[in-house]
Amino acid sequence: MKSLEELAALREQMKNKVAMRQDNSAATRVVVGMATCGIAAGARPVLSAFVEEVNRRSLQDVVVTQAGCIGMCKLEPIVEVFQPGKEKVTYVKMTPEKVARIVTEHLVNGSPVTEYTVGAYME
Amino acid sequence: MQELSLNILDIAENSVKAGAALVTVGVCYRPAQDRLTVTIADDGCGMDAETLQKVTDPFYTTRTTRRVGMGLPLWKMAAEMTGGSMTVQSTPGAGTVVTAVFGMGHIDRLPLGDLPQTLVTLIGGSPEMDFRLEFDYDGRQFAVDTREVRQVLGEDIPLSEPEVLGFIAGQAAEGIAECCPRPELL
Repeated sequence: MKSLEELAALREQMKNKVAMRQDNSAATRVVVGMATCGIAAGARPVLSAFVEEVNRRSLQDVVVTQAGCIGMCKLEPIVEVFQPGKEKVTYVKMTPEKVARIVTEHLVNGSPVTEYTVGAYME
Repeated sequence: MQELSLNILDIAENSVKAGAALVTVGVCYRPAQDRLTVTIADDGCGMDAETLQKVTDPFYTTRTTRRVGMGLPLWKMAAEMTGGSMTVQSTPGAGTVVTAVFGMGHIDRLPLGDLPQTLVTLIGGSPEMDFRLEFDYDGRQFAVDTREVRQVLGEDIPLSEPEVLGFIAGQAAEGIAECCPRPELL
């Protein structure tokens, strides 16, 4: 089993990286709804996919967090993206497969993936 | 819910919202007795007797975003479908313990699923809290405790760092595999 010695080694590797990340007051926030409705609809793998993709791309100015019920249970899993100075974007019926595209087009390039949003779903 | 670990995540999220400092998840398999017991215990705000009576009513919730509260009713149903039971004990100001007992080999018993992922989802969402996972398969036991991890990391590295979560998930997955080499039994 992984030992705490391995963790101590990891700690040394991470010190500088964490110091860089802590100054991110202008960060983009990705919020995943994790109430019963979200969890039952598949929010946990969606959250994991966002964490993995953001980490894989080493995006220092993106924070992935969790929220309770967002209030539209039938559209879960729901993900909200908050960017400073921009309108909130709400993605619905999310799947892990949709995550890479949202990270690339929205979080990196600044263009929301309109077809996955609540607006497109309601049309 | 398609796996027990999703229910565990959902129930433990209640502990997070109850302002707990420590949440302990216990998963205990006893094949000889055909029994699986899952316990989720916290030291949060607890509930009074009146609230406690209503918690398994799907049309009762303390949330304001919707009028139903499905977490505990679904957990109770998952246990009772296997010939088991679910109980909730709570003391205001001291915490809550939710215990579900399942018929381990019952055809309707949901698989455990990805318990390490549930653990790191909880930790990632509330890195200021402590979580302890106690796993026991037929007497073979292991535990993962964020208080131990925090002691090694110190205060400058949060538990929510992906590398730390990866370490904890790996620790939990290895521990489960060592206790029960046949994942199809879980």
